[in-house]
Amino acid sequence: MNRFLAMILLLAAALPTPLHADDRLPPAPYAYRQLEDPAQEQQAQTLMQTLRCLVCQGQSIADSDAPMAGDMRNLVRQRIAAGEDPEAIRQWLIERYGDYVSYAPRIPSSTWPLFAMPLAILLLAFVLLRRRFSRPEETP
Amino acid sequence: MSEPAAKASRWALWLPLGLFGLFVALVLYGLMRPASHDIPSAMIGKPLPEFNLPAAQPDRPGLKRADLATGKPRLLNIFASWCIPCAAEAAQLSELARQGVEIDGIAIRDHPEDLAGFLSRYGNPYARIGADDVSSVQLALGSSGVPETFVIDGQGTIRYQHIGDIRPDQIPLILQKLAEAGQ
Repeated sequence: MNRFLAMILLLAAALPTPLHADDRLPPAPYAYRQLEDPAQEQQAQTLMQTLRCLVCQGQSIADSDAPMAGDMRNLVRQRIAAGEDPEAIRQWLIERYGDYVSYAPRIPSSTWPLFAMPLAILLLAFVLLRRRFSRPEETP
Repeated sequence: MSEPAAKASRWALWLPLGLFGLFVALVLYGLMRPASHDIPSAMIGKPLPEFNLPAAQPDRPGLKRADLATGKPRLLNIFASWCIPCAAEAAQLSELARQGVEIDGIAIRDHPEDLAGFLSRYGNPYARIGADDVSSVQLALGSSGVPETFVIDGQGTIRYQHIGDIRPDQIPLILQKLAEAGQ
């Protein structure tokens, strides 16, 4: 029995213990807690899915477990609970981090050629194809 | 087909290849360019937001906006005891403090005991340390990580943002930015 216990202790000691390079504080109040009002929580969720986690960069703050993403969720939820408009919160963050923080594309800025190009190419294709298909009728 | 039209079509034949070449050049340029993961704050040139943080340590006062607009440029260092580059930066901050630079700190999501250990180990160059437990001031400043250092001028305007730890060879740069902010 004693040997059995010793073996278990030995096994437990051999298990890797996580190295804590991160903070020890509990997460912010609304990092992992939903808002009481389901409609407000829905608003917060929709917004959080389109805000970039600044320390993980490829994830939205809704998807990330980074402490800073938790703090950003806390900020979003508290402001929505206080009655702030989600787009105003997005704007507040854009004023601080630039367009980079938002996943929702904005057309008027430096990105308009991206949106205009497909339309221009479609139009060009339409004009070229029309000329090609109408040519045999003109020649005879 | 007339002569100029034939010439034009022969020239047009090379157009797709040319476009493809341009595209390859663009992709190569994007691949070769060193990637930067820095996210600069959009708050540079703007006044500091209003804030009031409690003291992070019993021996130093907390930090509010008014403490930073004192008529003289100051450094605002965003740090944490759990942040390894912050430990690497501590010697440079002490050197700056030794040269008479006033430095205030904001400790991000830090436990008072951990912070006390960090300061006793790496030195305490801070006049004041505010405790930002939910990153609220960090987010209001447009700062996206630790450590970051802001140069604040005498009117409380953010003049410069240094992302990452201050290396020994970057001390002159920080001093220069402080001098510029003091003009």
